Amino acid sequence: MDDSITLKGIKEGLLVTVKPDGRWSDLTGRLITLIDGQGSFFRGAQVTLSLGPRELRRHELANVRKQLEERGVILKAVLSDSDATLDAARKLELRTTLHVTELVEEQSEALELRPPPIDPEEYGSPGVMVKRTLRNGRTIHSDGHVVVVGDVNAGAVIVAEGDIIVWGRLRGIVHAGAGGDESAVVCALHLAPTQLRIAGYITISPDDKQRKPRPEKALVRNGRIEAVAWE
Amino acid sequence: MGARVITITSGKGGVGKTTATANLAVALANLGKKVVCIDADIGLRNLDVVMGLENRIVYDLVDVVEGRCKLRQAMIKDKRVPDLYLLPAAQTRDKTAVSPQDMIALANQLRGDYDYILIDSPAGIEWGFRNALAPADEVIIITNPEAPAVRDADRIIGLVEAEGRKIPTSLVINRAKPDMIRRGDMLSVNDVLDILSTPLLGVIPDDEQIIVSSNRGSPLTLDNQKSPASEAIRDIARRITGAKVPIGELERKKGGLFRRLARLFRRSRA
Repeated sequence: MDDSITLKGIKEGLLVTVKPDGRWSDLTGRLITLIDGQGSFFRGAQVTLSLGPRELRRHELANVRKQLEERGVILKAVLSDSDATLDAARKLELRTTLHVTELVEEQSEALELRPPPIDPEEYGSPGVMVKRTLRNGRTIHSDGHVVVVGDVNAGAVIVAEGDIIVWGRLRGIVHAGAGGDESAVVCALHLAPTQLRIAGYITISPDDKQRKPRPEKALVRNGRIEAVAWE
Repeated sequence: MGARVITITSGKGGVGKTTATANLAVALANLGKKVVCIDADIGLRNLDVVMGLENRIVYDLVDVVEGRCKLRQAMIKDKRVPDLYLLPAAQTRDKTAVSPQDMIALANQLRGDYDYILIDSPAGIEWGFRNALAPADEVIIITNPEAPAVRDADRIIGLVEAEGRKIPTSLVINRAKPDMIRRGDMLSVNDVLDILSTPLLGVIPDDEQIIVSSNRGSPLTLDNQKSPASEAIRDIARRITGAKVPIGELERKKGGLFRRLARLFRRSRA
């Protein structure tokens, strides 16, 4: 049994304790899987993250908050021994103690009518940017998106859990949504991959050399991969 | 400053590395340059055969590296041209007998006395290729207008880039057959450049005379013959020395007026 993440009900909602070792992206992935695995059980829950000495930056916290929000789970507070993490949490207007939580809670309940604040900043999702031609024999793995400014030559391989965007010719092998995300897409100025996979689907390029290349986007639709104009 | 160390490589075997190295070396020497060729294909040496110097080998590269002889003792002078030497590979050992550091040390020892050091790399991407690449100031990639050769060239260019020394790399397309290209049965020069996006140093047309000259051990460029391949190689040698020699004979021959107009038309629409 994996004990890197533990959940515990407390007065303030749900206390999620994440062990201080291991890759953050793996752990958040695990947390999300945990939540998804429970259906709508956690919907509306208020979560306090207890992180120990782990140092996190603002966008990392913002990302996990966004992922939780998408599942109807609200990140309320972050408990940490790291000043950097606490600082990042404060910048995101997250609470950093359980105590004050209660006090502020009452206040905010009194001001219920105020609309939620709009966050003017975007925190984006993780990705890899490659500013050169990927030649035969090169492989890129990413648990986010991959953007290539240049060509992806035959024999090069890209495996991404997110989308793959190629600002150039795509002739290699690509796998978008490698973690199973069927909404992932592959875009290229000239889409002519040796093989293209999205989640569990797989296809090859049609054999129409004569056609003038145009920017295309490949996506899963009606149970198969289709290429449409990329506009 | 001293010599420029140029490694000639291809990834795929049989594309004409050794023949091109021998002919380029002769062409450069004929331009009045001091040239050394190093055969880095230890265990499968060939450069000596193509250059016709096989019977004069006493010591070789491994003997030098392992200290059994002085560098000068292993160098064979080609008496047919002013300043051309060959450092032959060992035939009885394998590639691991020499390390990349050995090759760098060797090249540095030679730099002071010559203008060009040409290293003939073995095929493949392993030890022998690493040895050949280590001392390189520049790399010439030889390929044929065929998909497998281009694929391997692409891989090699990637490996040279990954070396991280920003080694200038240029491309020679060997064994081009203009009529096959014209019929669309062979990749054109532009097709190859499209894939490899590497500066073109020259195009050598397919030429039966090359085989004859390799068998005789007398490089085509030696006696200033008027064969298409030897002229192309002489042009490449002049480009290496910095002369502005236009490329494109082969391309220009491709298609008559109608074809050129059609191409122009296509381009203007694109």
